Amino acid sequence: MAIGRQENLMSDTPRINCAIIGSGNIGTDLMYKALRSRWLHPVWVVGIDPTSEGLALARHQGLQTTAEGIDALLPHIARDRIQIAFEATSAHIHTANASKLKARGVVMVDLTPAAIGPYCVPPVNLAEHAGRGEMNINMVSCGGQATIPIVAAVTRVQAVAYAEIVATVSSRSAGPGTRKNIDEFTRTTANGIEKVGKARHGKAIIILNPAEPPLIMRDSVHCLTDAEPDQKAIERSIREMVAEVQQYVPGFTLKNGPVFDGKRVSVYLEVAGLGDYLPKYAGNLDIMTAAAIRAGEMIAKEISSGRFVPAPTAA
Amino acid sequence: MTGKKIILHDMCLRDGMHAKRHQISLAQMIAVATGLDEAGVPLIEVTHGDGLGGASVNYGFPAHSDAEYLKAVIPSLKRARVSALLLPGIGTVEDLKVAHDCGVASLHIATHCTEADISEQHISFSQKLGLDTVGFLMMAHMIEPEALAKQGKLMESYGANCVYCTDSAGYMLPDDVTARIAALRRELRPETEIGFHGHHNLAMGIANSLAAVEAGATRIDGSAAGLGAGAGNTPLEVFNAVCHRMGIETGVDVLKLANVAEDLVVPMMDRPIRVDRDALILGYAGVYSSFLLFAKRASARYGVPSSEILLELGRIKTVGGQEDMIEDVALNLARARKDTQAPA
Repeated sequence: MAIGRQENLMSDTPRINCAIIGSGNIGTDLMYKALRSRWLHPVWVVGIDPTSEGLALARHQGLQTTAEGIDALLPHIARDRIQIAFEATSAHIHTANASKLKARGVVMVDLTPAAIGPYCVPPVNLAEHAGRGEMNINMVSCGGQATIPIVAAVTRVQAVAYAEIVATVSSRSAGPGTRKNIDEFTRTTANGIEKVGKARHGKAIIILNPAEPPLIMRDSVHCLTDAEPDQKAIERSIREMVAEVQQYVPGFTLKNGPVFDGKRVSVYLEVAGLGDYLPKYAGNLDIMTAAAIRAGEMIAKEISSGRFVPAPTAA
Repeated sequence: MTGKKIILHDMCLRDGMHAKRHQISLAQMIAVATGLDEAGVPLIEVTHGDGLGGASVNYGFPAHSDAEYLKAVIPSLKRARVSALLLPGIGTVEDLKVAHDCGVASLHIATHCTEADISEQHISFSQKLGLDTVGFLMMAHMIEPEALAKQGKLMESYGANCVYCTDSAGYMLPDDVTARIAALRRELRPETEIGFHGHHNLAMGIANSLAAVEAGATRIDGSAAGLGAGAGNTPLEVFNAVCHRMGIETGVDVLKLANVAEDLVVPMMDRPIRVDRDALILGYAGVYSSFLLFAKRASARYGVPSSEILLELGRIKTVGGQEDMIEDVALNLARARKDTQAPA
């Protein structure tokens, strides 16, 4: 029975060992998703706060942990065959860590807005990344993962001069990393809207709302098309894209739209999470971690098949 | 209150942009700003209604960029200094740099009243530039005085030399203002100034501003002729006259400011700034003032009463910046109406 390059249907193909850097909300949710993965084997969680709940949960799941930051992980990389690392810390910390891990041949999936590497938005460009052997890919932002697929759904029908997204998240789901990186979020997401969404010009807005009970993440997308919008084609394209995203984020819902008003096309989305670590309202985290796991699994398959042999690389 | 000295900060060229759908012309900006300067108004805010970087589909594209407005106004002033508003999440530190390069002397960095910690990079950047740095806590009616004071303390720790209690929804009554200003005064360092920004949706602008001064605020925001979001800001020329009557020193000439309001600002209005039904409901329900015109437009487009839209926005506890939810709510309400009207 040939398995070859097919999906890992049997557990013959060993999973690829990975580390998670950052034991906050995102890192911990990532851990639970990675534990369910047929392609990834999480072995380490790295944090900086010994009292962090994420580190305790990781130990409870049998993972190794450290509260001493990335430098405490480095000596274990070769011995524990860590080939992929997910980073969910902050832009500035990732920038410092990236070169250390690259030097040891570890492929990074960056969930901060540092964006050292190219952007990956799985329903739009996952396939493009396979075979490129990139040592660092960036997941843009939670708002980006929720909205760039919709922008792309419009731009694949016709040219969009400008696309803007408004991400509204509950205060409880925005941790210290997000709060320190508000500017980086807006810049990186706007860039992602242009480079991956293919709008000529992009803008991103983020709003935190402290309402109790916590609101479920909302994302609004406004596109300004060059020519009169082809309403039927755009509507069909958006619905197809929503269905794509729902395959890995079932709580991704089109609440209203597309609304057509002259050359404005507006779409109103809601993103509810799976509730792996944080409750369902934190759909912003879930779409990020779900997308990052998809990206990580793609890398794991490339490594497993021998198509990608990550090597230590000077920064 | 006799002998108290306060700074009047005019909002008609920034909050007034909301009332004008951000379409104030350069000529209008220069005329009004120079008139205010002549009257002795020391500080004038000039920016898109939603602050630096606010130009967007969500809030509206302005007639001119912030840089164009600032470069037109600042060189024409003799004494008055110009401030700019910034909301982290909409504008960035890059926008602050541009404003500073244009000659802005004061930066007002605004967050929802519970989210001061998103403003750390902006406040500290502004302070390092040596600018008058103001932390602006919006929708302050939505948290208790002690909690507001803690958020103000955070902004002070990042480098703000002044903290504002902002009644963005025009929801507060004088006792609400007194409690919040007093809490800020207790919590903040003595050298940190306190300001109050009122909206007139329950016609409480003047009373609230007096309560703020009584409790220790030394900066009061208002707009000439009240030109601002919702039912407008505290009408500045009226407040100025009241201050003169009470012996509160503003340094602003009563007649000259009244002339600016009557002769320059009122003719600019697209519609009279007043507590109309929608503004009243908005204030009563505690909804962000800039939602007013959006709610009126959504009402016209989708056939749902604007009061229903505004009440729903209040019920779901929307905060400043959530203009996108207005069309979303209107669509939901329109659909619900259609469903209840559908034949069995």
